[in-house]
Amino acid sequence: MKFPIKKRTAVQEVDLTPMIDMTFQLIAFFMILINFSDSERSEEIKLPTSALAKPPKDLLDYKIILNVDEDGSVLMDGLKIANIDLLNPLFSREINQAQREGKSPQQITVILRGHEDSKTGDLQRLMAKCQENELENFLLRVKERK
Amino acid sequence: MKFRKDLSRPEDTRLNMTAMIDIVFQLLAFFIITFRITAQETDFTIKMPLQAQGSPTEVIPDLIQVTLRSNESRNIAAIEVDNMLTQDRFEGPDMYNQLTNFVERTLAGNGDPTTANDVEVEFIIDSPLRYRYTIMAIESVSGRILPDGSTKKLIEKIKFRNQ
Repeated sequence: MKFPIKKRTAVQEVDLTPMIDMTFQLIAFFMILINFSDSERSEEIKLPTSALAKPPKDLLDYKIILNVDEDGSVLMDGLKIANIDLLNPLFSREINQAQREGKSPQQITVILRGHEDSKTGDLQRLMAKCQENELENFLLRVKERK
Repeated sequence: MKFRKDLSRPEDTRLNMTAMIDIVFQLLAFFIITFRITAQETDFTIKMPLQAQGSPTEVIPDLIQVTLRSNESRNIAAIEVDNMLTQDRFEGPDMYNQLTNFVERTLAGNGDPTTANDVEVEFIIDSPLRYRYTIMAIESVSGRILPDGSTKKLIEKIKFRNQ
């Protein structure tokens, strides 16, 4: 009787080099595009669009980002504030921090990110509150329209 | 007879890649999950010193007052303009274009184009108006996009009258 001869299967090794190359390239791509500085953006805010607004020139040393919700609430540093009078201590903290480094409140830029359906009056009241705290430079942030 | 092992032939050394591939895929997954495609954000610059409020008609020779009127549904109803010489009121779907035309006429009327930088726009806005219409008005006075795609700058100094 003849027994079938068992063939010894060779250890198949896949060449992983192209896959690793590609994976590293993908990682590099996503690492370059990731932007942690956007963490202060609030996703709830749908900005109005504009084709004429200018891209931010350079990184601002001193800035306060205020997100204004559709119902007029202000989001600052992760806090939702319905009464804008409560912003005074937060402004004071930012101003004191700038002053410790020899900067005046006028050198602080307030970035206003207003929801497109929020009341303009709410933003104006917020700007007036900033003015009370000697903050006078504002950037109205919009989304670029191509 | 015992032959000596040939030491000149290198042994087949293979690195274990499993750990590296594991961590690389984890990194890749992290970056893919946190990746967001968002449109670039741009800015309109507004400078509003405190002393400017309360005295809107003080000696500012080249001031255009733009009043944005809201209707009951908080949409834009009309735009009223006043450049201290002429007043006008714009309504209808073309009102923002008419606003740009008015600003252009005012700047052209000044004669010297170098003084165009001194012209200031003060917005008086009905409080309930949706913010998007305010931005559209700011855009209309800031410039115009020409047919060739270039931008013609108009007004840079913009302020709001406090309520």
